[in-house]
Amino acid sequence: MSNEVSMSISVKEASDLSDQGNIDRRKPDYLDQLEAEAIYIMREVAGQFERPALLFSGGKDSITLVRLAQKAFAPGKIPFPLVHIDTGHNFVEATDYRDMLAEKTGSKLIVRYVEDTIKAKNLKEPTGKNASRNWLQTFTLLDTIEEFGFDACIGGARRDEEKARAKERIFSFRDEFGQWDPKRQRPELWNLFNGRIHKGENVRVFPISNWTELDVWAYLQREGITLPSIYFAHERECILRDGRLLYNTPVIEKDPDDQIVTRQVRFRTVGDMTCTAAVESSAATLEEVIAEITVSRISERGETRIDDQQTEAAMEDRKKGGYF
Amino acid sequence: MDLLRFITAGSVDDGKSTLIGRLLFDTKNILADQMEAIERASKSRNDGEIDLALLTDGLRSEREQGITIDVAYKYFQTPNRKFISIDAPGHIQYTRNMVTGASNADLAIILVDARHGVAEQTRRHSLIASMLGIPHVVVAINKMDLVGNSEDAFLEIAKTYQDLALKLNIKDLTIIPVSALNGDNIVDRSKNMPWYTGETLLSVLENVNVLKDKNTTDGRFSVQYVIRPQTEELHDYRGYAGRLQSGSLRKGEAVKILPSGTESKIARIEFGGQEIIEAGVFESVTILLEDDVDISRGDMIVSVDNSPIVSQDIEALVCWMDDRKTLKAGDKYLLQHGTARTKCSVRSIEYQIDINSYEKLDEVESLKLNDVARIVLRTAQPIAYDPYQQNRANGAAILIDETSNVTVGACMVE
Repeated sequence: MSNEVSMSISVKEASDLSDQGNIDRRKPDYLDQLEAEAIYIMREVAGQFERPALLFSGGKDSITLVRLAQKAFAPGKIPFPLVHIDTGHNFVEATDYRDMLAEKTGSKLIVRYVEDTIKAKNLKEPTGKNASRNWLQTFTLLDTIEEFGFDACIGGARRDEEKARAKERIFSFRDEFGQWDPKRQRPELWNLFNGRIHKGENVRVFPISNWTELDVWAYLQREGITLPSIYFAHERECILRDGRLLYNTPVIEKDPDDQIVTRQVRFRTVGDMTCTAAVESSAATLEEVIAEITVSRISERGETRIDDQQTEAAMEDRKKGGYF
Repeated sequence: MDLLRFITAGSVDDGKSTLIGRLLFDTKNILADQMEAIERASKSRNDGEIDLALLTDGLRSEREQGITIDVAYKYFQTPNRKFISIDAPGHIQYTRNMVTGASNADLAIILVDARHGVAEQTRRHSLIASMLGIPHVVVAINKMDLVGNSEDAFLEIAKTYQDLALKLNIKDLTIIPVSALNGDNIVDRSKNMPWYTGETLLSVLENVNVLKDKNTTDGRFSVQYVIRPQTEELHDYRGYAGRLQSGSLRKGEAVKILPSGTESKIARIEFGGQEIIEAGVFESVTILLEDDVDISRGDMIVSVDNSPIVSQDIEALVCWMDDRKTLKAGDKYLLQHGTARTKCSVRSIEYQIDINSYEKLDEVESLKLNDVARIVLRTAQPIAYDPYQQNRANGAAILIDETSNVTVGACMVE
């Protein structure tokens, strides 16, 4: 096991909207513009759909979404549930944070487990080096959408993350099988989002499409939001594999070439443990993390995501199959 | 720091994607692993030269065919500004995707191949930029290296373009000779064209004034959603959630609710639950009124002394986007304007605009994919609009096919 992380998980700031006094809102600032756009999109979802949901993972992008949703509907509660598709291989810091944030914001939390889908559908789990359940989330996600009849699912994907995502609309139409058809996307004009669908179809909505990784970090800092502790430097026992640092957890199948090392690391993205790599770092605060990322010469997914490295069109293929 | 959204348009081989790649590369916005991926992909293709276009062509079929099919968004920044670049397809077949990209752009870069001069696509893309009211147009005459960096060649094309622009509504035009492949006049001034003393492309992008383009005079607020917490302490709370499409609204201001025409006063404006005094253009806020009036999604709150046009009969330029069905007089659609949706029927097609020659074509029976025309619509409920060229946000509307639910038309109300 890794050393216990001493930083406490506090979500007081994340759910508290009262401390915005010192922001000069009159200055034209790109963060204000991005925020206003995202809030507008959130409200379009609430206005156009009957059963929306917010896909929440415990990662920084979905934490940003929750903040935006709070601001969009204050002083009311967020008018849709938070939904987490849990691979069972998530970081405990992230799932603890998820539970607390749902409680603090008074949101309904729905968790569905990939493990259950694997059993119920008798799915074959990938095995071997770099095996990950990440892709299997699609099955659980589509089942969950059907179970609750969700007509819109809000997600934290950003266009700067990956080149297939760079092509996707903000209101991304999915057919009754959850599939994305990149060649037949609906035209999306001005700020006029068309959320009309037939029963069984759904729309994935990405309010922070136009944000970059740095915008998200800067926003979290500006809003004074405390993140799960794994985003900050801590000692952790890791598997060193092909130059990447993976958390040394039993859910990762070991390879003869793996080395077990203890390093000072932080996570730049937080996803499934099997496909999320850590970066060596001493950054202990948001400011220090932002400083490191600003000078980093490697992209977020390139540095930390193992699932995208397999082929040039890995994300496009997953999305066509119904992935987030 | 502010934000500029720009679209790049041009013909299939004018080098748009290369231009974006060059901008990102020269402003040091390409990261090491992204560069490696491009190098790998370049090697497995053609001659092994590094192909910066591979940065934006994100879909498998785009890379296979070497063309851009759908809009790609790229994000970069310099110390002076943040940019959202919208790379739009050049091929006529994908005009609707260009319109999608152009609808939110502050600036358009139109590429012209110096060897071929002003082409059919240049005329089409310029018409779209003008029709969609993009305030700034930059014509980048590309591949100057292939015409010997000749000033005469540049001036001739520039003159042809200026004549063309006279027929359009382009408020701010800049023409720059560039080579995207070599990086001439993109970020750094070219040593190969000492005769050119104007701005580089990046310098235009960094310095264009976008604040002035916003309509700050007409207070228009579309209601998206009604916030009613219905808790004990907020029992009577009724907040109208929406975004200022244009202008501003203040606490205490007298307002009118459209289309009903009911008047009231702004009791309170909130942002994220906190009270603010004034809301400016494009801000997402919540408005509370002094009177208990019937307001729901689709209604508009406007300044009492500055009203939009309220009508059921509207004329609009439409860009038709359906590849399966045509538009004809008598057809019925849903019109989405702001947050309002109403049924409408097409009364008539006044004339079609030839998107290459700009000529008006009369007696047109139907519109097919990518056709542009002026049409007359009758809506089931009145809509509260401003002419598009005065107010982009409140003059825009889309047509939705009620059976397929697809967005089939982009309307600019006149």
